[in-house]
Parts: sequence; structure tokens; C-alpha cells
Amino acid sequence: MSLRGLSPRFWVAAVLVAFVILVGLIGPLIVSTSPDATVGGLYDKPRCCGPLILGADNEGQSVISNLVYGTRTSLIIGLLAGLIGTAIGLVVGLVAGYRGGWVDDVLSAIVNVGLAIPVLVIIILVSVSLPQRNLYTLALVIGFTAWFWVARAVRAQSSSIRTREHIDVAKLSGAGFWSILRRDVLPYLLSYVVMACILQISGAILFESTLSMLGLGASNTTSLGTMLYWAIQWGSVRTGAWWAFVPPTFMLTLIVFSLLLLQSSLNEVFNPRLRRGRAARKRAKDEGEELEEVTVEGEDAGPVGSGGFLETPVSAGRGESR
Amino acid sequence: MTEEIYNAEHIVKTFGHGKNQVQAVKDVSFGLEKGQVTCIVGESGSGKSTVARMVLGLMPITSGKLIFQGRDVTNLKGRARTEYWRDVQAVFQDPFSAFNQFFTVGKLLDRSMLMVGKSVGQERLEESLGYVGMDLSVLARYPHQLSGGQRQRVMIARALMMRPELLIADEATSMLDASLRVNVLNVLKDLRDQLGMTVLFITHDIGQACYLADRVLVMEHGVMVEQGKTDEVIFNPQHEYTKRLLADVPKLHEELELHDLREELQQAGELA
Amino acid sequence: MGTLVNAENIRGVYYTEGKDVVAVDDVSIKIEEGEVLGLAGESGSGKTTLGSIISLIARPPLHVEHGTLEIDGQVQELGGHAKIPRTWRGAVVSMLPQGAMNSISPTKRIRQLVYDVMRSHESKISKEEALDRARDRLTTLGLPSRVLDAYPHQLSGGMKQRTVTIISTLLNPRLLVADEPTSALDVTSQKILIEMLLEMLEKRIMSGVIFVTHDLPVLRTAANRIAVMYQGKIVELGPTEIVVERPEHPYTQALMSSVLAPEPAYANTRIEGMSTFDRSLFDAPAVFH
Repeated sequence: MSLRGLSPRFWVAAVLVAFVILVGLIGPLIVSTSPDATVGGLYDKPRCCGPLILGADNEGQSVISNLVYGTRTSLIIGLLAGLIGTAIGLVVGLVAGYRGGWVDDVLSAIVNVGLAIPVLVIIILVSVSLPQRNLYTLALVIGFTAWFWVARAVRAQSSSIRTREHIDVAKLSGAGFWSILRRDVLPYLLSYVVMACILQISGAILFESTLSMLGLGASNTTSLGTMLYWAIQWGSVRTGAWWAFVPPTFMLTLIVFSLLLLQSSLNEVFNPRLRRGRAARKRAKDEGEELEEVTVEGEDAGPVGSGGFLETPVSAGRGESR
Repeated sequence: MTEEIYNAEHIVKTFGHGKNQVQAVKDVSFGLEKGQVTCIVGESGSGKSTVARMVLGLMPITSGKLIFQGRDVTNLKGRARTEYWRDVQAVFQDPFSAFNQFFTVGKLLDRSMLMVGKSVGQERLEESLGYVGMDLSVLARYPHQLSGGQRQRVMIARALMMRPELLIADEATSMLDASLRVNVLNVLKDLRDQLGMTVLFITHDIGQACYLADRVLVMEHGVMVEQGKTDEVIFNPQHEYTKRLLADVPKLHEELELHDLREELQQAGELA
Repeated sequence: MGTLVNAENIRGVYYTEGKDVVAVDDVSIKIEEGEVLGLAGESGSGKTTLGSIISLIARPPLHVEHGTLEIDGQVQELGGHAKIPRTWRGAVVSMLPQGAMNSISPTKRIRQLVYDVMRSHESKISKEEALDRARDRLTTLGLPSRVLDAYPHQLSGGMKQRTVTIISTLLNPRLLVADEPTSALDVTSQKILIEMLLEMLEKRIMSGVIFVTHDLPVLRTAANRIAVMYQGKIVELGPTEIVVERPEHPYTQALMSSVLAPEPAYANTRIEGMSTFDRSLFDAPAVFH
């Protein structure tokens, strides 16, 4: 897959996501202070440069240290939960959409019930009843409630692919049910699934933060959400200790924003035809021509398709050659 | 008199329920003679493709009977259907969407090889490709690297790997340029002449039927209006519809008789 | 009859990421008044591209590198940075694209389409006036005026195609470029459409038609002259009967021999397809009758 001609939006998103991942991966190595070590007093102000660059939190621990470790935790949980949710949803959606019939009816009913139940309530109930709340149980719980949405989305795609001719050819060639799903349906969905997965990951990160903010987060590790929990509990907003709640909020926003931006620009990566517009646009600009809108065409690279009178309603009065 | 290897008896296909019911195929009966090319000719909406899919077993029949080599093959499912597909294969209309775009030709044919068995597979592969005038170099290519005509020939090769008794070509040439069409039709002719294959060819183009077929079946709006030997149906049509079809088909070596527009519209029942 | 349209030295190139594809390679062609000129060729011959260039709707990635169009004494530059006057498109030359009948908005009634088309050229026109004109035209050409109130899916294929054809000529263009207008129709509707086009020419609704198609038998009936295109060039041009019965260019000969018809000559024979021909023969110089 070539990377030529991708829009600035994609590159910005890619850079931001890379940055966030680096913070989570390497941050803890650069910031050598442990997040549990006491380095100062209650809400010590930020001071350059060292463990107190972003000040201290309610327990006198380094905010910056908690920030990078917290990012790592949030990312791990998000990734795990997102992957679990996508994996389950993918399989269920594939089978339901392709198989149809009573299998589809049963699976869809389950999915619909799952979508109707207020997930937050379920998670809270499950979390409260768990004997031990660590990183992984949390990720599992979130993942198991996230798959419903993926299943529904994948099911729709899968059932539309079912009617395509290459599926008939596969059947005639003696391919079995699972073989067809794996090799004739799934590849056509892959781009969609990747984009859904990214959405799941960002959703899971937010979800975990919400849980942690409510005090239901992982009990032994720090995450961005737990930082906010303590920040609220200890009145940092009231006392104006902005360094306790602004950094984690900012980091959360950055993570989710960059993931969403990436997701929305992935369309171009998977569909090179959408890129052609940009390359052509740039070229036209270089040659001083009027800018045109490019429509996404069908299989043939060929000509301009339905121009002329059929599109006048849109461009009427604008004087462009559309 | 050659034997009939396939028989369709009073087949009916209805879509939808209650008030919105549509009868796509209304009581059609025909037989396919072994080693002959039979053509179903009809325009869009005639039900010819529906018949093809029912014969193939890809669409359930509402009522009627299908008999293949003496066995009842109506509404087959599961294992029985997979076995049926050793003897009956198809080539479809759209040479692009019939391919999994992520597969090379080799991968596509690999699947058929599995059905046939490893020992015989390689041999059949080379043979099948040879019949359509292609060699092993095509195995590494992706469908988008092949022309429409090449893709259809690969599809025929795929079908041939099973050495089917009956090959169904559903508008297999409709999306090809005129010059490539003749190639594909010639391949089908050769299959009949050299392999004794029975072919069911579905088309809207009566010229192609004339070139290729031994027998012609004409369908209109779900009904089979005429059937018989090619010479009889095309040069001595009995049914009104067949006559009109032949009269209205544009021919290369003579101009169509054009009437007054209004007269024509009246005849077609479309007048204002 | 005089020359209606004189297109000269047209060169159309597709700029794609990999390489530039020359679709129309320095083509010059004249269309006479009152004639239907058939533009024949296989896929990739450039016929549709030429049609869209002449009807002034070429846009990126298709670039017209150079070419001129002369109509009614007015010469229009087509190449490079030329500005096409907005009034020309649809009113001087109009295109009826391939698949037009399936591309109209399914949620709007036909009269909405009529109104939009008329309004795009005469912004002050009232709905009444626009519909009146349309109604007139429809009745003249044998379509019921109830068509205006219908949704596209309520019309048969043949009716839809005739309706779109009429709408594309509402502004009385001098030249109509029709791209595969008969390809999706059953044979009877094809015949009716050809008759309608000829009647429109007779009534001077437009003064000339370029009929782009790969279907040679249709051109035998519909066209006065045929231009055969191969790889971006016109390889043969002449009166229909001559090009069909006595083609001189090797490509045209090969093309004509691949056409199958329900005639005794085609039953029980074998015709060799084009892949058996030596393609280098097709580079022979063009033949103009």
C-alpha cells in the first residue's frame, strides 16, 4: 500500500498518535521517578526541572511521572479492550450477516439486547462485584460490553457481501462455510474493521477513565482516570492546583482526538482512488487551472461519467464546469 | 436421438409474499441433450437468469422438479449439493465481480484443486488452462491485471477443472467486447466438440445463440414461449414474441425497417 | 447541408498517478448538419472520451491538451487553460451520458429534473414555463405528459431513456452527443429510441447527433456515417454502408467480422476472434472514404 498523496489530515493524525504511543512506551523510561515515590508535599507547585516539572499531586507524588505511567495504563487497557471487543464483534457479525436465517435472528436478538442495556450500569455492577480489579480484568469487562456495536456494524457489511458473485464462485469451487468467511468475506471488510477497531480503542480508553473517575478503576495501577479521581477527591479544582487535573485531561483529550482523527482519515489509506483527487488538485493548482471537485468513480479509470446536464442542479448558478 | 441428461419439469419461482408476489418463472419445462449447446434467449426480466440459478442449485425452486442424470436434484442442500457441483459448473456474467480481488488466479484455482484431489489436481489445472488457450504464467496474476476476455477464460478453466458434465454460462459474454466474445463462444464450441460437454448458454443476444446453439429456448416474462432446433426457431419462428424479437434486432448487413414513431409506439402499447 | 461542427486536433490525456494515458490522439472530425455520426470502437478506444471532450464536459483527471471546436462560425479553444463559456454546455452541445437513465435521482419526480435543467441556463424561468416547454416536447415525441409527475422507478427502461434523451435536448442544442443510449434497452425499445432520435433531427430539435457505441448493428440503422476508433485515433471514416460492407482498414475488417447476427451465414460456421489477428496490422494508416 503506497503512502503517496495522503492528505495533511492523515499525517497530522499519524504524528499525534505516534507521539501518544511514545509517551506511553518510552515516557516511563525517560521519567525515572516512580509514580509512587514521594517527591514533594501536598500540591507542590510545578518547578523546573526534574520530577516536579508538573508539580506534585495530593500524595506528594510526581505528576509528570503519574502522567506517563497513567498514559501507558490507559493505552494498554484501551488496546486490550478494543481488541477483545472487535474480535468478538467481528466473529459474531460475520457469521450472523453471512449465514442469515435463524442464526442471524438469534445473534441479532442478543446484540440488540446488549445494545439496549445501559452499559455503564452493567460495568459498575460487574466491577463492584469483582474480587480483584486490575488492569486485565478491567480490560476484559470493557471489551465484553463493547462488542455489540461492532457486531451490528459488521453484520450489515457482511450481509451485503454475501450477495456478491465471487461468493457464488467460491461455493461452486467447493469452499466451506468458514473458508468463505475467512477468505472471501473478511478481506473485503478489513478496512472497515480496522476503522471500527480504532473507534473501539478510543471508546475503551474513555470508558476506563470514566470508571476510574468514579473510583472503580484498577486498584493497583495509576491511570489517567485515577489521576482525575484523586484530583476531584482532594479538591484540586477548588484550591486551584491546576497541575493536578489539567495534564491528565489534556492527555486524555489528545489521545482520543488523535485516534478519531486517524480513523476519519483512514478512508484515504484504504481507498487510493480518493487520493487521486488530491494529487490531481495539486497538479491543477500548480498549473493555475480552476480547482475542480473530483467525484469517486467506478472501476474504470475512464472518462468523466455523468457530467453535463445531470449535475446542473448542484452547480446551477455557480458557473463552474461541474 | 441423444439422451437428455437434464430435465426441468414445470418449474416455478415466486418472489415475495402476498400482494407483492412476483412470479419470475412461470411453469417452465425443458430438457438438455447430452453433448449439445442449448441456449436460453430472453431480454431482461424474462426470468432466464433465474432459471440458470435454479438449475445451478444456487436458488431454491418454489415448485416443480429438476432431474439430472435420472436423479432428483430439486432443492439440494449441503453435501448433496457440493457433490452436484462436481458435475455441474458455471461461468457468470461479470468478469470482474466474479473474482475475489485479493486472490491471484493460482489461489482461485487452488480451491478447485482441493475438490479434485492433489494427485489429479495439477494435471487438470494445466489441461483446463490449455483448453482456454492460457498457460501457467497466468497463475501469478491478479484479476485487475487481466483483460475482461482473459478473466472469463480463467473462469471457464476454473469450471473445467471439475470436468463437469454440464456447464452453465450465464451471460458469460455480455460484458465483453464483440471481438472477444467470439473467442469465448469458440471455446464453448470446442468444449462441446472435443469434450462432448453439455452447455447451457444464457443470453439476450439472439445472434450469439444463432452462432453457438444447437437448440434455442425463448423466454418472455417468465414463460418459455418457444423452443426447438436453432434453425427452426430462428429461421422459422412460430411465436409472436420470437418473430418480433428477430424483426427488431439490429442487423449489421441490413437496415432495420423503421416505421413512424407513433406507429411503433402504438404497436408496443406505449402510446401517450 | 453544411458542416455543423468542426472539431480539430483534439488531444485528450488522463493524468494518473503512474503514467499519463493518451485517450484521444490528435483527432479531427466534422459533423454535418442533419446527420447522425456513429462513433464506434471497443472499450479503451477513446470514443467516450472524445464524446465528452466535444460536449465540453471534460474534467480532471482528463485534460484536453489542445483542440478547437467550431460551431456556427464560432471557434472555441478546448485545450490548456481555455475557459468554456457556461452557456455552451447543454445549449450548444449537450451530452447524454452512458447510464444516464439510472443516474437520475430516484427520490425526485421527473418534473424536478426538468426544472433544474432549464433553470441552470435561464435562471429567471418560472416553473410553469419550464414545464410547459417540457410538456410540449414530450407530446411532440409521443410520450405522455404524465411522465413529468412520475418517479424514475415508475417508468419502464425504454420510457426512461427516451425521457432523459428529451430532457438533454430541452435547450435545443445544436449537437447531441449520446453515449451508448441503446445499450441497456431491449430490442424493441432500442428501435423506438432510434426512431425518436431521427424524428428529433427531422424536427430540428437538434441539428446533429454523435452516436457513441460499441454496438455496430445499431449504427447500421441509426447512423449516416461511421467513424471507427482504435487506440485513440480514427482509423476509418465514411458512409455507413461502405464502412460496414466494404471496410478497408484491417481493424475495421476485423471488427466487422466479429459481429454475430441471427442469419444463416452465422449458423454452423466458425469465425475466428480478434486475438488470432495480427495486431500490428492495425497500425495501418487511417482510411477516409
